[in-house]
Amino acid sequence: MIVSVASGKGGTGKTTLAVNLAAALGRKAQLLDCDVEEPNAHLFLRPEISHSRKVGTPVPLVDADRCTLCRKCAEICRFNAIAVAGRQVLVFADLCHGCGGCTLVCPEQAIAEVDRELGAIDFGTCAGPDYVGGRLRVGEAMAPPLIKQVRAAADPRRITVVDAPPGTSCPVIAAMHGADFVLLVTEPTPFGLHDLRLAVEAVRLLGIPAGLAVNRADLGDDAVFAYAEQQGLPLLMRIPFDRAIAEAYSRGQLLVDADPCWRGQFQALYRAIETLVRQGGAVPCANS
Amino acid sequence: MRELVIVSGKGGTGKTSLTAAFAALAAQNGGLALCDADVDAADLHLLTQPAIRQQTDFMGGGKALVDPDLCTGCGICRAHCRFAAISERFAVDPIRCEGCGVCVHFCPERAIAFAPQRCGQWYVSETRFGPMVHARLGVAEENSGKLVSLVRREARQVAEDRGLKLLITDGPPGIGCPVIAAVGGATALAIVVEPTVSGLHDLGRVLDLAAHFRVPGLVCVNKFDLNPEMTGAVEDLARSRNVALAGRIPFDPAFVRAMVQGQTVLEFDQADRARRAVRAVWDNIIRSPAMNPARIVDFRQTIR
Ligand code: SF4
Ligand code: SF4
Repeated sequence: MIVSVASGKGGTGKTTLAVNLAAALGRKAQLLDCDVEEPNAHLFLRPEISHSRKVGTPVPLVDADRCTLCRKCAEICRFNAIAVAGRQVLVFADLCHGCGGCTLVCPEQAIAEVDRELGAIDFGTCAGPDYVGGRLRVGEAMAPPLIKQVRAAADPRRITVVDAPPGTSCPVIAAMHGADFVLLVTEPTPFGLHDLRLAVEAVRLLGIPAGLAVNRADLGDDAVFAYAEQQGLPLLMRIPFDRAIAEAYSRGQLLVDADPCWRGQFQALYRAIETLVRQGGAVPCANS
Repeated sequence: MRELVIVSGKGGTGKTSLTAAFAALAAQNGGLALCDADVDAADLHLLTQPAIRQQTDFMGGGKALVDPDLCTGCGICRAHCRFAAISERFAVDPIRCEGCGVCVHFCPERAIAFAPQRCGQWYVSETRFGPMVHARLGVAEENSGKLVSLVRREARQVAEDRGLKLLITDGPPGIGCPVIAAVGGATALAIVVEPTVSGLHDLGRVLDLAAHFRVPGLVCVNKFDLNPEMTGAVEDLARSRNVALAGRIPFDPAFVRAMVQGQTVLEFDQADRARRAVRAVWDNIIRSPAMNPARIVDFRQTIR
């Protein structure tokens, strides 16, 4: 079972939901931190990192002795990542998507592929769930290939809780694709509602069943709840605004540790998700 | 012209609420142009209610589409696609497709079309604070970095055309592709941080990024009273990295209440404390050496 925890808007409590859900499930779970730009789950789970692995993406390396400057590589590249300038071939590795097109078309077999570092994946264990987290190198633009590799590093025997990046563009899609369920997290404010709508659009596009958790549920207005009802999006959890919760969060404390009643609530949340997935996984869609 | 980009590393720190409040202040003092570069989850328009004057499609790269009538099922495209986007029955999954066109090149039947996709729209609008350039990126789209660069470029153009001396840009969260596109060439960054372990951690990453792109930053701690000790740690980190402090803003539900009304805290009644704090932070930012690289302070900004 793979549960992706996502939110259109950042800072809504997505990481809080993900780490507490994983922690409440204990040893049978693992947390995948796919918010590789700002990975924070480890601040709460405090795993002991057993090992790390560098992650790269293939980029071309041109052998100047073989190259006849035929320009075929530059012609196939849709990303302007390889160009012939004067008497040499330039590779702009930052722009390369690693499609391998240039290597395939080169008639002289002058192009080899080397790895360009994107970041790293950390593997660790803590008292409860296992931890697998991606870390994007600072100054690196390409998060999706790293996210895909974090996903691939998951242990399929465990319940996987994915902490997805915020937003609705390609990195989030990489973190949600192939999940059994997406738990959307928002807050009941105009920003929260606006970004939730986008997130719901993304989930529907992928055809994954989804449910909603509302954080700081009493700070704002009712529009989010009305929207969820109208969309047939089941409301699975409400977390009130509580200074004690906010302070525990600010210190990096897990909700399930700060107050044991939350442990039960998160276990119940998981059971509700299981039931929804078992019910056939039909995507509740209001406009069909 | 000077451009202040508001960033936050971590999302949800109050970046957009502060951007709008700063815009309200700057509008009273010499005017400004606004840019919403958080194209992935653009929210600034909810507080500024822009009237759209001009709307343009944002075109991205192509995506593969196999014509089943021409396809002979040779399997060459599938073998060459690194992104596992082509199914056994030779249908392309548009979500997986990276748009590399390798399949198009190698298809012996020329059965694969590759039309450019509309991946969003961008707008030039009027708001009560001044002109605003903003955008909407389609769901599940890439190229957000390109769209960010585009809205910033257009916003600069609009500001220049109208003789406005200040551009305030609401930046995206994170440190990846859209943020990189949002910080390059900015006059200064205002970094909005929450006093939490996550906020502290992400600040370190944003400061690395600012240093990498050589853009000076100013740190403002929002909701500082939620954890005064952590506020101290955030400010210490900023100081240790030679980054100026712009001040502190208290936690105040008035920010949310103003948002529900579609207003900035500056315009909202019953928000005196928040208003004073925002004003003080804004003064520190606009008079900072970072925003006045030639040490020329615009006196219209200081006389009130
Ligand atoms: S691998 Fe693809 S994206 Fe990279 S340089 Fe070659 S053709 Fe361009
Ligand atoms: S364009 Fe590239 S990613 Fe898309 S289907 Fe063809 S080979 Fe695969």
